[in-house]
Amino acid sequence: MFRLLSRSSLPQASTLAPKVDVLYDFILWISLISFVAVIGALIYFVFRYRRRTESDKTPYITGHSVAENAVAVGLLAVVMAIFAWGWIGYKEIIQSPAEALEIQILGRQWLWQVEYDNGRTLVNELVVPKGKPVQLIMTSADVLHSFYVPDFRLKQDLVPGAYTKLWFEATEAGEHQVFCAEYCGTAHAQMFAKVKVLEPEEYARWQAEGGQAQVAATTGGKKGAAHSVHLAVNLAEKGRQVFTQKGCMACHAVEKGKILVGPSLFGIFGKQETLADGSKVVVDENYLRESLMDPQLKLVKGFPPLMPTFRGVLTDEEVNALVAYVKSLK
Amino acid sequence: MAEHSHHKSYLEEGGVKSWFTTLDHKRIGIMYLFTTMFFFAVGGIFGLLVRLELLQPGPLFSPDLYNKFFTLHGAIMIFMFIIPNIPAALGNFFLPIHIGAKDVAFPRLNLASYYIFVGGATLLILSLLTGGVDTGWTFYTPYSIRTATSVVLATLGVFVMGFSGILTGLNFMTTVHKLRAPGMTFYRMPLFIWAIYATAIIQVLATPVIGITTLLLVMERVLGVGFFDPKLGGDPVLFQHFFWFYSHPAVYIMILPGMGIVSEVIPVFSRKHIFGYKAIAYSSLAIAFISFIVWGHHMFVSSQSPLANFLFSILTMFVAVPTAIKIFNWTATLYKGSIQLKTPMLYALAFIFLFTIGGLTGLFLAALSVDVHLHDTYFVVAHFHYVMMGGTVMGLLAGLHYWWPKMFGKMYPETLGKISWAFNFVGFNVTFLPQFWLGSDGMPRRYHDYLPQYAHWNLVSTVGSWLIGAGMLLMFGYFIASLFKKEKAADNPWGGKTLEWQISSPPPVHNFEKTPVITEGPYEYGQP
Repeated sequence: MFRLLSRSSLPQASTLAPKVDVLYDFILWISLISFVAVIGALIYFVFRYRRRTESDKTPYITGHSVAENAVAVGLLAVVMAIFAWGWIGYKEIIQSPAEALEIQILGRQWLWQVEYDNGRTLVNELVVPKGKPVQLIMTSADVLHSFYVPDFRLKQDLVPGAYTKLWFEATEAGEHQVFCAEYCGTAHAQMFAKVKVLEPEEYARWQAEGGQAQVAATTGGKKGAAHSVHLAVNLAEKGRQVFTQKGCMACHAVEKGKILVGPSLFGIFGKQETLADGSKVVVDENYLRESLMDPQLKLVKGFPPLMPTFRGVLTDEEVNALVAYVKSLK
Repeated sequence: MAEHSHHKSYLEEGGVKSWFTTLDHKRIGIMYLFTTMFFFAVGGIFGLLVRLELLQPGPLFSPDLYNKFFTLHGAIMIFMFIIPNIPAALGNFFLPIHIGAKDVAFPRLNLASYYIFVGGATLLILSLLTGGVDTGWTFYTPYSIRTATSVVLATLGVFVMGFSGILTGLNFMTTVHKLRAPGMTFYRMPLFIWAIYATAIIQVLATPVIGITTLLLVMERVLGVGFFDPKLGGDPVLFQHFFWFYSHPAVYIMILPGMGIVSEVIPVFSRKHIFGYKAIAYSSLAIAFISFIVWGHHMFVSSQSPLANFLFSILTMFVAVPTAIKIFNWTATLYKGSIQLKTPMLYALAFIFLFTIGGLTGLFLAALSVDVHLHDTYFVVAHFHYVMMGGTVMGLLAGLHYWWPKMFGKMYPETLGKISWAFNFVGFNVTFLPQFWLGSDGMPRRYHDYLPQYAHWNLVSTVGSWLIGAGMLLMFGYFIASLFKKEKAADNPWGGKTLEWQISSPPPVHNFEKTPVITEGPYEYGQP
């Protein structure tokens, strides 16, 4: 019952969150007062006027139009105030500042793909600077999704075939949970992401590193070579990170015999699998790579064609790391 | 009223065949009652399974199975229980008696409605046997177009059941207009009839829209015509507009009859004239009217335009007024009454208690900025269960206990009734109150699994669902057992003034020996 009077346990991590919470509290207090008045009267009447004898006399009262009208008018004033307050808050939610940093979000069953202006793509991870307005331009590749960040008190549906927008300014550095709030099928409840809010200077560094990493990957420069050495040392571990970051774990278990949406990857490397058309294939490096880029081409028998393509999402290095990780699962 | 005893009750004559071909509104009402209460039990089991999965974090059932459970829980409860239950069962039984008529205006149509309902329900059950449905009861596109589950059968079931509702609505409206006994003016009708009448208007006007919508969905799935899927050039949000254009009024189809029952039970068990008869009667019509222009409040974050959000938010606020007037008037009726806490009255008071919470939490969801946070979270789940179960189902149970001796001529056991009430009332709050907190803490609905921070209240909620399960099981048990009792119930055990209490229990085949002449209103208690 202690929870009755506190709105929520969530941090207020955006500029909008405290404003939403104030209205929430206002309605909560109005509600509690109304509830205590009505139910208090009800309980009092039930005890005070309980039937004492079968021949109890009761007065003949058919109504009181002044009292009824007073209730109606008083209530109308209160709900109009709540409406106006809600509308004022909502206008702020929909009007993004002109200088906002734009980031594209693509929702798909069951992951969030985040793309920055410089072409950098992340999965299930949205990195933003603290104290700067961010505008998300969102669409869906398949069915409806809804991008929901409870810590920001914000939510917006993603509609296939159309763009929707959502802006916020984060006020707390750290990680904030993202849920999919619009039912989207099997792994709806695992369609998670994190908003990683960085201090502005950290964000600038992150941006710069991201750019360099990409340059390194494509030109094979000095830094890239060093990076590769590191990967060679611990490719499977890197693959495990990619596996988590890119949302593979929503559909593929890595434990023996546990089936989520797709097949478990435990001990799968080197095994012979039967495909939907009855033919057989041995799981090797090429098959794994092909299944990431063109998942429906050689579908394992008994599984629905649900996996999205990761073409353009995974770098070659990441694919290599994933293959190494799958090899290590035994 | 011993002189009635030589008139045969409607229960006496004939075998099974006479029931299935009956044109008697009372028998049709009883058939609806048993059918819909059966579906209530089935929907309830699915609800318990949903809560069982959510008992603790980590999977118990597979995600796909869970998704079918919550879909069937919703679809069965809404389309096969809560929409038809009060109007078609209790309404059918008591509407003609309340207005002094021998039957409804179109008895054959009434029986046809029942069979159409059974036909539609069968289609929905068939969808369960052919793999089930996993779209949620809302059938949102484009998921409902792409999922491999049995959507076509389920939506056709909804389509067919809709006709049953339309025909019943037409029948009731005609009956109220044409078959009132001499002296039974509109203002002498019991408030239950006003509520059923308002419900009938909504059913006739709104149900065709869900019929069209489900047909469009079927055409898109079967023939590939692109109405809703953007891949075929359609608009998925259009479906939401169509769906809620029906389903929001449908929410009032569900709640108004429950309000009607409460308006009957409170005066009888307080021995008081209802407070503000006309205000309660007209507020039913006002709610029916407003119900048609608020559907967009289900779509505040759907990408609907800000102007639409503005209008739907302000219009939704207006619903609060007629609703609050009802609550005020019921409470005021208790003032200086002679209040007897029998089971029907306990359920009516539970209705006011729970529905007030349901109504007030609606304010959070009608306020735009707060709804952006709360939409599609457990807050919404809690809100509509407070309205639909705390409201309608409590109203139904008030009515079922209140009229049980009249319908079957046997009294339910009072002590067990109160024990069962306590389980249901406490269990309901234990189940659904924590869901408000889960929602304001950000837990989305329709989640097969959840993060550890939500474990605590989910556990409490699931334990609550077992209390409700126990209460309902006890209630089903004693109701059925009471039918085999030897002892007859009195004709008017509660001292009611409406017409059903002036005839024998169970009522004779033709309700009244001779057409009653009405000279006063239904709530003439107390001393002028």
